[in-house]
Amino acid sequence: MTVPALAQRGVAEAQASGSTRRWREDLIGWAFAAPFVILFGIFLAFPILASFLLSFTSFGLRDLTNPIGATLVGLQNYLDVFADSTFWTSLLNTAYFVLVGVPLTLVLGLLIANALNRGVTRFRTAFRVGYYLPVITSIVAIAVVWRFLLAPDAGLINMVLSGLGIKGPDWLADPVFAMPSIIAMAVWRNLGFAMVVFLAGMQAIPTSLYEAAAIDGAGRWQAFRYVTIPMLRPTILFMTVITTIGYLQLFEEPFVMTDGGPLDKTLSVTMYMFRQGFRFFHQGYASAIAYLLFVIVAIVAFLQFRFLRSEA
Amino acid sequence: MTAGTATASVRPGQSSVPGGRRTIPSFWVYALLIGGLALMVGPFLWMVLGSIKPEADFLQSQPTFLPSTATTDNYRRLFEQLDFPRYFFNSSLIALVVTIGNLLFCPMLGYALAKLRWRGQRVIMGLVLATLMVPAGVTLIPNFILMSNLGFVNTYPGLILPFLAGPFGVFLMRQFMLGVPNELLEAARMDGAHEFRIFWSVVMPIATPVLATLGILTFLGNWNSFLYPLVMAQEPGMYTLPVALATFATGQYQADHGMLMAGSVVLVVPVLIVFILFQRWITEGIATTGLKG
Repeated sequence: MTVPALAQRGVAEAQASGSTRRWREDLIGWAFAAPFVILFGIFLAFPILASFLLSFTSFGLRDLTNPIGATLVGLQNYLDVFADSTFWTSLLNTAYFVLVGVPLTLVLGLLIANALNRGVTRFRTAFRVGYYLPVITSIVAIAVVWRFLLAPDAGLINMVLSGLGIKGPDWLADPVFAMPSIIAMAVWRNLGFAMVVFLAGMQAIPTSLYEAAAIDGAGRWQAFRYVTIPMLRPTILFMTVITTIGYLQLFEEPFVMTDGGPLDKTLSVTMYMFRQGFRFFHQGYASAIAYLLFVIVAIVAFLQFRFLRSEA
Repeated sequence: MTAGTATASVRPGQSSVPGGRRTIPSFWVYALLIGGLALMVGPFLWMVLGSIKPEADFLQSQPTFLPSTATTDNYRRLFEQLDFPRYFFNSSLIALVVTIGNLLFCPMLGYALAKLRWRGQRVIMGLVLATLMVPAGVTLIPNFILMSNLGFVNTYPGLILPFLAGPFGVFLMRQFMLGVPNELLEAARMDGAHEFRIFWSVVMPIATPVLATLGILTFLGNWNSFLYPLVMAQEPGMYTLPVALATFATGQYQADHGMLMAGSVVLVVPVLIVFILFQRWITEGIATTGLKG
């Protein structure tokens, strides 16, 4: 698209040989790209590659000053990870968090967006801002607040429950309730993001479709089921993928609220990676865990694209 | 807005009675939405109220929602006994520099990808897109090793450099640049403007709304970021607010209800102010990228 533009630039340049102009264009393009590409290369692209290499070494604290000297151990880290029951526990916990948390977040976000899109006109901005509020706040701060909300005696939740005559459990210290508590908090924090994206998607659906559906006798639910949902499919796909990718990296919530306990019931993969890498300084081993998570994220994203797209 | 009203009026069973629409079902919808809103805002109220409660309120057997008397004790301890002014400064400085970097480098590459033609363009585009979904944990350990060897652990460069150029910003800016009319650029080229001048004086000014979105999202993301600074800031003097709060909340102050609530307020309130002031740009920006993804 810049070729015709460049051709109009002036007689002198138009007469310049094609290859000189080509070089000039390359130079300008790279000049614009350079600052980003250099930073990106050093701090993002290179570490992704380095992490892969590290996962085949027994890198530890003593290798820190001489990374090249780390001992190669082949596939040993991966074999150890697969034989490590704590890793499997963390993977299972993360799967629990994702499989329950993602649908809950998306369904609630979708329902609220639908209510705001169809009918609710009063206080719309207040609802939008209110539901979105937790999304932009620090997970650490929220986790601290929720830890006190969920406290056994002094917590607001058990206070309300005891008002109803129910003795609430010690949520975060109970092996059964700890993960659901963390899921509830994550859903609370993230449904506003889903709501905003879904709402934008809904506002792009032509009104004529709803009019046609109404003429055909479709009720409120049918309009939602047969007009909104199919029209929203690309947005739902996008939200499913990015929410899943985000939830697979669960870290802050258990770090602040439970430290992975009780009995490792809330230990996530990223937490276990952090523990191995920065508490035990098994950085080769931690890199293998990080890479496995990366592979899982890539596979899940790929499958969701295939599966949800072919359904359309 | 208008679309919402229009669709509401054609709802079956109600369409023929314009004044009678939205009565009973809407009451329940409103009731549920307002109840939900209370659940969303409740924890924030609890946080703010907790931060001004005197210590005695937390020791009662029966906790109360409202403080018996309001006190600034918790904040005083935060800012006088602990080093919160310092953490606040660290968080602000890092988020500010990172934001400026992204506001400069991302549009530059976005422009080059959308409007210029150069060899290597496709490779760079592919690399940037491919890294959009790489988990943060993957780059954490190599970056830590790199920073250790550069002597950047516990320094500002160590906390800033890796975030100066984020792939999300490039994606966002490129999407915007694709929509900039070529005629505009060609006119400037015919006037003899250099490519960088076109970028700076023609493209950047019309990109202001997208830049605002990118700036706000980058600032918020960095202000709230935790895992990386947790690893890279090991000396208390370099803590950011989330690292400081998490360290105190899981360490020696873990039972200090009032102080931790006050710390949460310090971490959350600046963000709430930014959000309420720039609410439109944030939600619209997110909606746009969401749709184009």
